[in-house]
Amino acid sequence: MLDETPHFANLPNRPGVGYKPQHYSALTTDPGDVGWLEIHAENYMSSGGRPLAQLRHLCERFPISVHGVGLSIGGEGPLDPEHLSRLKHLVGWLNPTVFSEHLAWSTHDGAFLNDLLPLPYTQATLTRVSDHIDQLQNTIGRQMMLENPSSYLAFSESTWSEPDFLRELANRTGCGLLLDVNNVFVSATNLHTDPKDYIDAYPLDKVGEIHLGGHDEDQDDHGRPLLIDSHGKAVVDPVWALLDHTLALSGPRPILIEWDNDVPDWPVLHAEAARASQALAEVPA
Amino acid sequence: MIVSQTEFRGALLDGARDRPLGLVDDKGRAAGRRFDVYRNNVAVSLTDALATGFPTIAKLLGEENFKAIAGVFLRQSPPASPLMMHYGAGFPEFLADFAPLQHLGYLADVARLELALRRSYHAADVPPIAPDALAAFAPEQLGSVIMTFAPAVETLQSPWPIHAIWAFNMADGPKPDAIAQDVLITRTEFDPKPHALSAGSFACLTALMAGAPLGDAAAKGAEAAQDFDFGALLALLLAGNAVTSLTLTE
Repeated sequence: MLDETPHFANLPNRPGVGYKPQHYSALTTDPGDVGWLEIHAENYMSSGGRPLAQLRHLCERFPISVHGVGLSIGGEGPLDPEHLSRLKHLVGWLNPTVFSEHLAWSTHDGAFLNDLLPLPYTQATLTRVSDHIDQLQNTIGRQMMLENPSSYLAFSESTWSEPDFLRELANRTGCGLLLDVNNVFVSATNLHTDPKDYIDAYPLDKVGEIHLGGHDEDQDDHGRPLLIDSHGKAVVDPVWALLDHTLALSGPRPILIEWDNDVPDWPVLHAEAARASQALAEVPA
Repeated sequence: MIVSQTEFRGALLDGARDRPLGLVDDKGRAAGRRFDVYRNNVAVSLTDALATGFPTIAKLLGEENFKAIAGVFLRQSPPASPLMMHYGAGFPEFLADFAPLQHLGYLADVARLELALRRSYHAADVPPIAPDALAAFAPEQLGSVIMTFAPAVETLQSPWPIHAIWAFNMADGPKPDAIAQDVLITRTEFDPKPHALSAGSFACLTALMAGAPLGDAAAKGAEAAQDFDFGALLALLLAGNAVTSLTLTE
């Protein structure tokens, strides 16, 4: 008989980090301020080997958030039934604390493009994405959280604002939301809106997890700033300030430090987690 | 102006195509370089995935050449699934057929070795037999014993010194000699290890893995090479946790 209860019922309102194998020994000896871990679902869909063995150990010690990066929930085509069963299998044996995916597409016509590609916010997208979320939630037998993307451009066909679009999706499907504060900052800079307005319009009561990460800076064709979500650097001060603004409205939440490229040594990553801990400590509970 | 994912994908993988109309900045102007962020993300992330999966090939070709060659491959063979751990299964054949690389005949087989190492790394964990398990059989039974092998075990045959090329580039091995090398990959716990096999050992192991009993397989080994050393092959298989069960034929 399978134990249907997750090892940990909730993510704590503490910092977590995106798990990287090079930090295994630090995490299992002294995780410091880090109270939970996030893994990318697709990296743990092998038959065996070291990644699965490490995960089996880690899930006894830490609440685990499984973050899918490959389902293509926004895809025009149907969801890949094989990938749905792989997700069901992973969520079944690991029994993670939470599961999340992206408001984006990545697969089309049989090709997986390994990037989170943008969607127009239209009635047609709304219908399709909510059908896909329903299908996923029914398959894995639990609620998912949907993450807001980083935007580099807009679709002229869009008729919804992103916060309204996400709220409507959450209302229709019962899914929760994963708020990536760095993505909000990147999108607002790129599309010349005020990131605080975005947070103020966002359904914060549905947010079960916050993401923070670093971004790169480039320029568009007109010499204006073009920020690129790279997960390869420290979180910048204006994003920490936007986190403070968010937490003041939302109350404390689990906060993930995402650092996927040019992964730093443990002390550098831990310092980011410690800063998130500090931000949480200043929020009235 | 509706932008379909077919149009988006087409322009993403083909820099010569126009960027889709209907993708704009905040003032409604054409997206331009903003679209190129996605083009770049796709090319860089897939190139990185190939470089991670084929480190010896990346080293042999050098960074710039590898990037250019990966760029051709990823456009003609983007991943068919979101499991990047499996991406590049067609890369060896691509290298074999890629005209500018025809003078480097060994590349495809070295890439096959790297793919096999990756399959081994992610293969299912099955406990090996005890080191003394063969002792449970009477001497006259040994020739009729059949072995099954761990999912992490892989074998490759090549006319090139693929093990030595791998070892020279990845494990501080000596400069390769121009010989043919067959390879066995074992995984004692989590780290796959390639071993160069003699012709006799390769013939014997191939027979064992096809389900032949030890006696018949040993004969295949002796047939393939006079200096075939059955004991040495057995020791290698047992030390590498390669054998997962022993049974007697009828």
